[in-house]
Amino acid sequence: MNINRRNFLSVLGLTGVSLYTGEKLVAAQKIGNETEFYGVLYDSTRCVGCQGCESVCAEEHGLPEPAPDDVPVSGAVRKANENRRTVINVYNTSKGEVYVKNQCLHCNQPACDSACLTRAMSKTKEGPVIWNGEKCMGCRYCMVSCPFDVPKFEYHSSNPKIVKCNMCYDRVIEGKLPACVEACPAEALTFGTRRELIAEAHRRIINDPGLYYNKIYGESEAGGTGFLYLSPVPFEELGFNTTVQNRPYPELTKGFLYSVPSIFVLWPAVLLGIHKSVKNNNLEEEEYE
Amino acid sequence: MKKKNMNNQNAVLAKDNDGMPVLKFLAEAIKPKGTFFTPFNMISLPIMVLGFVIIVIRFIKGIGAVTNLTQEVPWGLWIGFDVVTGVAFAGGAYVITFMVYILNMKKYHSIVRVTVLNGFLAYVFYAGALLLDLGRPWNVINPIIGNSFGVSSILFLVAWHFLLYMIAMLIEFSPTIAEWIGNQRARKILSGMTLAAVIFGITLSTLHQSGLGALYLMASEKIHPLWYSEFIPILFFVSSIFAGLSMVIFEGSISQKVFDSQISEKNHRSHDGILHGLSKICTVTLFIYFFLQVLTFVHGKHWDLLNSPMGYWYLTEMIGFVLLPMGLFFYSYRKQNIFLIKLAALITMIGVIINRLNVTVVGFRWDAAVHYFPSWMEIVVTLTVLFVEIWIFRWIVTRLPVLRDSPSWVKKQSSKL
Ligand code: SF4
Ligand code: SF4
Repeated sequence: MNINRRNFLSVLGLTGVSLYTGEKLVAAQKIGNETEFYGVLYDSTRCVGCQGCESVCAEEHGLPEPAPDDVPVSGAVRKANENRRTVINVYNTSKGEVYVKNQCLHCNQPACDSACLTRAMSKTKEGPVIWNGEKCMGCRYCMVSCPFDVPKFEYHSSNPKIVKCNMCYDRVIEGKLPACVEACPAEALTFGTRRELIAEAHRRIINDPGLYYNKIYGESEAGGTGFLYLSPVPFEELGFNTTVQNRPYPELTKGFLYSVPSIFVLWPAVLLGIHKSVKNNNLEEEEYE
Repeated sequence: MKKKNMNNQNAVLAKDNDGMPVLKFLAEAIKPKGTFFTPFNMISLPIMVLGFVIIVIRFIKGIGAVTNLTQEVPWGLWIGFDVVTGVAFAGGAYVITFMVYILNMKKYHSIVRVTVLNGFLAYVFYAGALLLDLGRPWNVINPIIGNSFGVSSILFLVAWHFLLYMIAMLIEFSPTIAEWIGNQRARKILSGMTLAAVIFGITLSTLHQSGLGALYLMASEKIHPLWYSEFIPILFFVSSIFAGLSMVIFEGSISQKVFDSQISEKNHRSHDGILHGLSKICTVTLFIYFFLQVLTFVHGKHWDLLNSPMGYWYLTEMIGFVLLPMGLFFYSYRKQNIFLIKLAALITMIGVIINRLNVTVVGFRWDAAVHYFPSWMEIVVTLTVLFVEIWIFRWIVTRLPVLRDSPSWVKKQSSKL
């Protein structure tokens, strides 16, 4: 009995230790997060809603050209889908009509990346989050997990792909600008490292506090994103998801994942222990009978 | 030398099997047994045919051609019911093996085989239904052969556990197959592996039953707050215990009737005792589950949400499908009332279905303008999966010593051990 109790205590101890190391690992991850990712700053006060980005994006990625009558109308939200990776919408706000571009935000610690069981969806060291069709098995877990509902799926294809903005990864590693950034006539889009972009965004807010709402969307949302937004009005007015948490989403599953190894070590030992002790008890009983 | 050996083996095989040559044995095995024109067959057959047609369409025209899934709701009935709910019901296998092999509760020995068989088939078919839902199923081997391990993914964990657990259950079941083909030596070796497989299987089950809940952890804002909490994994795990046991009670009561001739007089008589024992365990686990649900609710502080349609639905689930069956199990256990036990099991099962669907389908994007509702084709395919499983289950039970007692040589072998 005594021995059993001691075993039990050491079991508890082990669990504690593994939980502790778990915490450590989470902390280590946070430090690793300081890498310089590229990103894009979108300034909605500059955007004129010409949809130039939509057209070049379609061209660049072999998607159908947007129809000429498919223009932003306030009150109706156009959504990205399997045929378009980015869309421009217009919102009627307290400061008049404001255009907003929508596409993948290229999170620093993307939910989609950590959800993907084949590593098909992955955060590159440069910053863009990209999809690899050779690995993807089409489970759509990335779609379930992305807090911004970004990845789209070709439901009407026998060889379906996951479609989402990849920040023109091929161009970026060649040293070129993403197609939309290059095409934007109003300089609403700026490409650079995330740190530069945040500094630039703060500078714009400080220089013209009357024009801007004092917040950079993406600075802390979902643990920080590669796409950053400036706006003249509070972001709720522009249909932004303002309920997203500021912690990275993968942290929600960390606790569970870290408990896995300890259960794998402890459970079999505990089960075997019970099995042995119950068996012995039974033998004893039989002897007494 | 080698050839002689092989001949020898064949000879042994043939002889053990009451002197039936192998080919004849196989022919015998494939031949259908019993009447063909039963009501169950007449209902299930057309549905299965239709289901297969829909599956073919799905592979030619894409998932969107047969399902109502959208870009916002990418997982529907096939995941929420077939996989998430089906696996919860298959939980009986790990609970019963735990009771029999770890806690040495001999009383339940007679239902181990049928429960493990049920669990195994459930995993094969319901987890197999996952393949239908994969857009690019040809890449399903990627996370298994190791060229791309997404180790931070809960789905990765769940997929691997499904695979390993199926193997563990196959090992647990394999002595039955050895008895069937009459291979004494194989039976001895295989049954020696049972304990290890059981321990491994229980460990895996603990992790993936909760893992199925953990799948939804990152969808924190997409699931209605009354059903989303960081404790989903624990709730899923605890509820898999009574979900599995209710399934055992349910399936057992049907098998007792349908496969009447298979079951020995002794096992018939002991069945009531088994049901009493199980109802006790169900009462306790339902109570723990309810307690955890209350804790979760208080922790989440969503009092205001109770007074809304979703809130009423939540209360219905908690009172009508957790508290009520708990009371029924308790009462029927005290009063030794078999009918009420079965009723409680049925209500519990409906409750588990409701709970899993609330997390995965009803509560998922509950605030969306357009709600997802499964298409009739999704439902037919789900039924097809269910019926195929039942057909195979029946095929095995009428041939292998699952419910029936083992052949006489088994006793001799075990007493020698
Ligand atoms: S916005 Fe969604 S798809 Fe884009 S990186 Fe973040 S989680 Fe992934
Ligand atoms: S759909 Fe593809 S990219 Fe998305 S999680 Fe599944 S395997 Fe990864």
